[in-house]
Amino acid sequence: MGRKKFLIPLVLFLGLVIFLALGLRKDPREIPSPLINKEAPAFELPTLRGTQNFSPKDYAGKVWMFNVWATWCVACRDEHPILVAFAKRTGVPIVGLSYKEIQAQDEEKGPLSFEEKLSLARKRSEVWLTKHGDPYQLSVFDLDGRVGIDYGVYGVPETYVIDAKGVIRYKHVGAMTAELLVNQVMPLIQSLTPTS
Amino acid sequence: MKLWDWRGAGFFKRWVLYLFLFSFSSAWALEAQPLAEDPVVEARLVDIAQELRCLVCQNESLASSRAELAEDLRKEVRGLIKKGKTDQEIKDFLVSRYGDFVLYRPQVKPLTWVLWFGPALALLWGLWFLMGHIQLRSKTISPSAHLSDEEQERLKKILKD
Repeated sequence: MGRKKFLIPLVLFLGLVIFLALGLRKDPREIPSPLINKEAPAFELPTLRGTQNFSPKDYAGKVWMFNVWATWCVACRDEHPILVAFAKRTGVPIVGLSYKEIQAQDEEKGPLSFEEKLSLARKRSEVWLTKHGDPYQLSVFDLDGRVGIDYGVYGVPETYVIDAKGVIRYKHVGAMTAELLVNQVMPLIQSLTPTS
Repeated sequence: MKLWDWRGAGFFKRWVLYLFLFSFSSAWALEAQPLAEDPVVEARLVDIAQELRCLVCQNESLASSRAELAEDLRKEVRGLIKKGKTDQEIKDFLVSRYGDFVLYRPQVKPLTWVLWFGPALALLWGLWFLMGHIQLRSKTISPSAHLSDEEQERLKKILKD
């Protein structure tokens, strides 16, 4: 026993190394969202094409994806073709949340009214979606980012899965990948969808 | 003094220039705006925001970050202060959206016990270990501290010299 004692610091050290190595491999930007398994915060926002506002309760009974995007967001361009293909292949309804489409540089010549902002955002989003493809059943405008705060958005793009009861079941921060859609999102959506 | 030297050709020109410059300096003085409408609200905002992490640039506090989201969240917190919410309610508001991560000072709960009490426990363990070690050492050393008669004689002899 006495002879093996010198090994104790070594074992402790190795334990520490493993602990720290695991910590280093984690992405510090991936913060567990406290919103998982909580009800999706309510809102009522104008849509891209409709005349009526959209509210999450309009989609009660559906399992749907909620994707935060903006035309100024570079990473959104990366994930976009994947979302377009996903929507086409699976038919899972995706709602877009256009996050702060109107940026400070748009108001350099003076502040815009809400109507002016909305009309500029609609025009720009329509052009962008025509060019890159449109995966959304509808897209809503969060011009001041207030709804984004309720959903804990801190980096665009972000993607949520909301179940038939209006509960958030999944959140991903950053560009969506085909791998995540196949391995995590789709199995989750299938398990949430009642088999009829 | 050149300024009062009226004999120079540029006397009037100089005065016009001085008056011109002074008129500007007073214009600048007018431009300085008060920093905030309500200094009490602002002071509380800074107080709260210093305890919160900016999520975009994770090494900055919400008070010091220039990121757009930090700007928006400060606006939000300012609104909550004006609504008369307590500091704890405001922090809870942000935690319920962004998670414990936004707090620089984590809450005390089972999940964070290691974080809060770990260092103190490690210190106690270290002290306990040290005490044990010292006791063990003094025990092993003490027999040799007693000198034999022969050694005592030698010691006396050495001290006498």
